[in-house]
Amino acid sequence: MIVAEAKTLEEILESLQGMSKVLVVGCGGCVSVCLAGGEKETGILASTLRMKRELMGDPLETVEETLTRQCDPEYVQQLAKKLEGIDCILSLACGVGVQFLAEQFPQTWVVPALNTLFAGATMEHGLWEERCGLCGECVLARTGGVCPVIRCAKSLLNGPCGGSQNGKCEVKPNECAWQLIYNRMSELGRVELLLEVAGAKDWSKSRDGGPRKMVREDVKIDG
Amino acid sequence: MEKRESGKTESFYPKIIAFCCYYCAYSAADLAGSLRLQYPPAVRMIEQPCSGKVDIRLLLQAFEDGADGVYVAGCMEGDCHFLKGNIRAKKRVNAAKKILDKVGVGGERLEMFNLSGSMGPRFAEIANEMTERILRLGPNPLNTARAERATKGEEGDPK
Ligand code: SF4
Ligand code: SF4
Repeated sequence: MIVAEAKTLEEILESLQGMSKVLVVGCGGCVSVCLAGGEKETGILASTLRMKRELMGDPLETVEETLTRQCDPEYVQQLAKKLEGIDCILSLACGVGVQFLAEQFPQTWVVPALNTLFAGATMEHGLWEERCGLCGECVLARTGGVCPVIRCAKSLLNGPCGGSQNGKCEVKPNECAWQLIYNRMSELGRVELLLEVAGAKDWSKSRDGGPRKMVREDVKIDG
Repeated sequence: MEKRESGKTESFYPKIIAFCCYYCAYSAADLAGSLRLQYPPAVRMIEQPCSGKVDIRLLLQAFEDGADGVYVAGCMEGDCHFLKGNIRAKKRVNAAKKILDKVGVGGERLEMFNLSGSMGPRFAEIANEMTERILRLGPNPLNTARAERATKGEEGDPK
């Protein structure tokens, strides 16, 4: 899932300066699961903003709505009938959702309420960790299911840097990804796989040269 | 309550919402009643199946709707009927306090208490404690702001 966290109240207030009626839109997807932008968080943020602005002597009216997803046009279109008299949309989705709203409603000012952090998972309630760097060419088959691109601080692809101490990374107080890879490969009796040298990774499939696109002719409906 | 604030807030008598767990505070309130213990009528109780039922939205809503003070009363730590509801309630109360501080309503107006069903006198004590605290803090700033705006509106009215 995409993991995100709330922006500071100050930053949100600043982006709502001069707005008197705001449509606060939550998302029922990833940000609901990571407790950043679901229906509950939308309610809390809207209430916080209303109280704050009232005490600032500049009351704010809010309309709250939580869509099933903000990254699908059919859900986003449901907002069309709520836009009357609205000065701005405050979106609690990830960056994709915010952009989608802006694209679907070209006449409406849209601002984000969250900072989008990473693709990760819930390790325990209240703790999320990054697991994939969306590199476009997955190497997990060679590394025993531990991602060296995102879990190694240097994204090394052919073994550790040499700075690993007692299983800990020398850069951050995390576990060394290559220690994890080695442990797992030995437990599964496949250490010899690590002797294979990985050639240069094709980073053109990653964040390079603008936004990536994926086309599947077999599932297209028109054309 | 014996003591009322003097001066500007003379007419101020707080409205306090108490979210009370059915298994402890609510029964303690019953007991306080049977024991004929006095506690301030400022406190309005809302029965909860567990203090862990209370979420941040609800706490904020109480203040937004004009409560001067709010408290959550759950079982003693370790004694929650649902194991950890009161621990979760405490965490939410603490998070809501931070929000109230940032907003300017003031986190001090919100509190978490723990007691058992047999603690009738403690229930009355908590109600007194909270009422005194809110009398000292004065009205919810939102109420003051709303009243001021209403007066201004009247004054600003052409006729
Ligand atoms: S190798 Fe690439 S695609 Fe695979 S988990 Fe790591 S970042 Fe994600
Ligand atoms: S210590 Fe391990 S995780 Fe850290 S940079 Fe070196 S190889 Fe990567």
